Amino acid sequence: MDVSALSIKDIQLGLQQKKFSDVELVKGYLDRIRKYDKDIQSFITLCEETALEKAGEVDRRIANGEELGFMAGVPVALKDNMCTNGIKTTCASKMLSDFVPPYDAGIVEKLRQGDAVILGKLNMDEFAMGSSNENSAFFKTKNPWDLERVPGGSSGGSAAAASAGFAPITYGSDTGGSIRMPASFCGLVGVKPTYGTVSRYGLIAFGSSLDQIGTFGRRTEDAAYALEAIQGFDPKDSTSLQKGYATDYATSMKSGIKGLKIGIPREFFQEGLHPEVKDSVLKAVSLLERQGALVEEFSLPITDSGLSAYYIISSAEASSNLGRYDGVRYGYRTTEFSSYEELVIKSRTEGFGDEVKRRIMLGTYVLSSGYYEAYYKKAMLFRQKVKKLYQSAFEKYDTVISPTVPVLPFKLGEKTADPLAMYLADTYTVNVNIAGIPAISVPSGFSQTGLPIGIQLMGNYRSEETLFKFAYSLEQELALDLVPKIGEVK
Amino acid sequence: MAVYETVIGLEIHVELDTKSKIFCSCSTKFGAEPNKNTCPVCIGLPGVMPVLNEEVVKLAVKAGSALNCKINLINKTDRKNYFYPDLPKAYQISQFDLPICSGGFIDLDIEDRARKIGITRIHIEEDAGKLIHLEDSEYTLIDYNRGGVPLIEIVTEPDMRSADEAVAFLKKLRAILIYSGISDCKMEQGSMRCDVNISVREYGSQELNTKVEIKNMNSLKEVHKAILKEENRQMQFYHYGEGHKVVQETRRWDASKGRTVTMRSKEDAHDYRYFPEPDLPPVIIASETAEAIKNTLPELPDAKRKRMIEKYRLTEQEVDILIEEKYVADFYEETVQLSNEPKEASNWIITEVLRVLKTEKEIPLTTRQLSDLILEIKKGTISRTAGKEVFEALITSEASVEKIIAAKGFQQISAKDEIEAIVDQVLSSNPQAIEDFASGKTQSFGFLMGQCMKASKGKGNPGVVKEILEQKLRR
Repeated sequence: MDVSALSIKDIQLGLQQKKFSDVELVKGYLDRIRKYDKDIQSFITLCEETALEKAGEVDRRIANGEELGFMAGVPVALKDNMCTNGIKTTCASKMLSDFVPPYDAGIVEKLRQGDAVILGKLNMDEFAMGSSNENSAFFKTKNPWDLERVPGGSSGGSAAAASAGFAPITYGSDTGGSIRMPASFCGLVGVKPTYGTVSRYGLIAFGSSLDQIGTFGRRTEDAAYALEAIQGFDPKDSTSLQKGYATDYATSMKSGIKGLKIGIPREFFQEGLHPEVKDSVLKAVSLLERQGALVEEFSLPITDSGLSAYYIISSAEASSNLGRYDGVRYGYRTTEFSSYEELVIKSRTEGFGDEVKRRIMLGTYVLSSGYYEAYYKKAMLFRQKVKKLYQSAFEKYDTVISPTVPVLPFKLGEKTADPLAMYLADTYTVNVNIAGIPAISVPSGFSQTGLPIGIQLMGNYRSEETLFKFAYSLEQELALDLVPKIGEVK
Repeated sequence: MAVYETVIGLEIHVELDTKSKIFCSCSTKFGAEPNKNTCPVCIGLPGVMPVLNEEVVKLAVKAGSALNCKINLINKTDRKNYFYPDLPKAYQISQFDLPICSGGFIDLDIEDRARKIGITRIHIEEDAGKLIHLEDSEYTLIDYNRGGVPLIEIVTEPDMRSADEAVAFLKKLRAILIYSGISDCKMEQGSMRCDVNISVREYGSQELNTKVEIKNMNSLKEVHKAILKEENRQMQFYHYGEGHKVVQETRRWDASKGRTVTMRSKEDAHDYRYFPEPDLPPVIIASETAEAIKNTLPELPDAKRKRMIEKYRLTEQEVDILIEEKYVADFYEETVQLSNEPKEASNWIITEVLRVLKTEKEIPLTTRQLSDLILEIKKGTISRTAGKEVFEALITSEASVEKIIAAKGFQQISAKDEIEAIVDQVLSSNPQAIEDFASGKTQSFGFLMGQCMKASKGKGNPGVVKEILEQKLRR
């Protein structure tokens, strides 16, 4: 069956009305993956057998009239940094290329309870460090809209798979833009929820105070539904939010945006911004204005220092989080060594890729005595400032809108030689993580060459419901065709 | 010649007496099969997260209250980063700049000199695993059972001036922590560990000279020895003008050689790269909760000492011996409650029970047994000498005192007619002794007394025997 453009609602109705069985549906997705993923290369691990088993179980239970979970029969795929009991979880690193966790991440537990069908694990930048997916230790995922271009990163595999229709929705993680950026590059809705909305238990840590799991879908409704399935307090994650979760986003998002206020931060539209991106975003804003939203320009001077603060905080935390990969208990171990020190040094040198090593060195440096005050402490002070500035912005505006990425999807290899140029791609997204607020990237159109462009909707803590309203309204107004013509391109 | 004084500060790690570990639900039980008490959290698998055990916070607050500290109602955890195979995450979750308690003290009474030893801070942290070096093996094994066992680290001010003071402090601290149920403080099992910071300076100087940290002492005796050795080492340097040779370093106590050896120098010291633990929110304690925890503190050694001296009219020395171990003090007080014989109970415990405790781990008789024994002696059912034999029997038996006395035939003979018969018999077979007594040789009374006791097989009540013998001789 053709699954390329199915929504979650299509799937639920189809299963309910017995238009197709879940096994047929899952086979449809697996066929599509087998056919096209050899070009796109989004999956690290495909779980054909267990996926079909689960689909069979769902079919049996539907036939028996049993009650099923929130995600009954819906195929999903996960970024390969979320631990899956019995399924390899690699973080796209040589370090963990054989690691099979004996436990499920909080999100995986929720998905299993919700009777979702896990299709497999998706490629990413190694340990989620990167903005192009080129830092995977295994292979480079391609952008379904143009196979010569990157899908963005670090959740590039999740974005490419959702865009290519390998699953109706996929899950990724976002530390500085790692969901929103690839969503923008692949023409998807990408949701980075408020910090603490989704359990981080079992998400292999990069920057613990910034990391947050979120969703990808072609439609706001799908991305929102996928979030509803995994949000909620988890006693295993002490930073997860206890209560106050909105439900039924699908209904609330349709109530319109009349009278809601949009703030346009001047500093997010200055030099370095590609003119086509700028035009597309401003056009989208005017469409929202036409639907009754009030638009106002204001100053939010955080883009320059934000990027520095982000790289200091995330690298500091990463340098500590990645210390455990020492070749002693699990993961990659060098073959020859004659002392503990040599075992650790060689295992880490051989097991980690360049970008990961770069961040570990940077993070170790900013935390070391004598430099802590100059870097880490300063970054933490800036973090307080960013929170305050956003706070005062949200006293006035229901959402703050900017481009998601300052540039169009770039070509494979185009920026790999210049890490700094790569880092600049995160300019608009990192401050959201620094503040812990939610943000969504929504497609706003295409470049003249047919490449997707996205706008970023930022909101106050726990304002996902409001952000979905804006995203849905824009989506309705634009009515873009977001199914890339894969298979037709060379 | 210059007179030197030693300046000592201590860092004491104490394992908290909780059922489960600090960040997961694994058991903390000592002595399990290697790596039995582990889970993904305490062996640091990817993606797992810590959840703070509330019991740890409670016990730390309790410790702070018992040591007169300020409880920091808002405190936080930090990561202390370093690589070592016994530390599975390559960082220890500890507390850096905002510990749970700060600024306390312990009052010491050393040779009747009152000393106040300041406590800088108490913080909570997780313990590491244990490396096992097998003989002739080219690799090392790791047991992570201890990894994640909750600890408090107690840091003192440099307020101690001698090995004796340091040991007295540790004894007092240990008693307080055991009394409060915070830790069992077993140095030989590692549930209490002590690092010593020590420097030497000319007497009267206020300056703090270069300090040396000594690690790896497994008993109070070794702490004492190590301090003596180290202060002597440093003093010699200063005395012979080689003071610059005292360098800031960490030294390890080598108990078998009886000396300290360099472990790492200041240059090799770790840069721990502390930063706030992002996986745990700040620890926030309601002031009512802190107050409630403080109110659960039992009577601490100082208060107990004072009360026992007044209530039981014992000497200070006796009380000090009785309260050194809480379970001994409890045993004493229960025995007194049952027997109402504070002095006798103290005598029996100090001479007999503590003697037995040198080889036994637990007190081998019940308070009921001991108090019955005391009362039977008082009533005159058995003699004091027989009492000692009954005590020995009680150690290996759960039988009642009454039954043991009966089984051993220890009942004293106090009936006057029975004793009279014995005395008459002795007198009739010892005419010479009677004559001697009559002629003023009073020591022959002792001889006759002994003969009477012997004739009664030791069961004659000595008081009654004496009374009747006197009557008969005077006649």
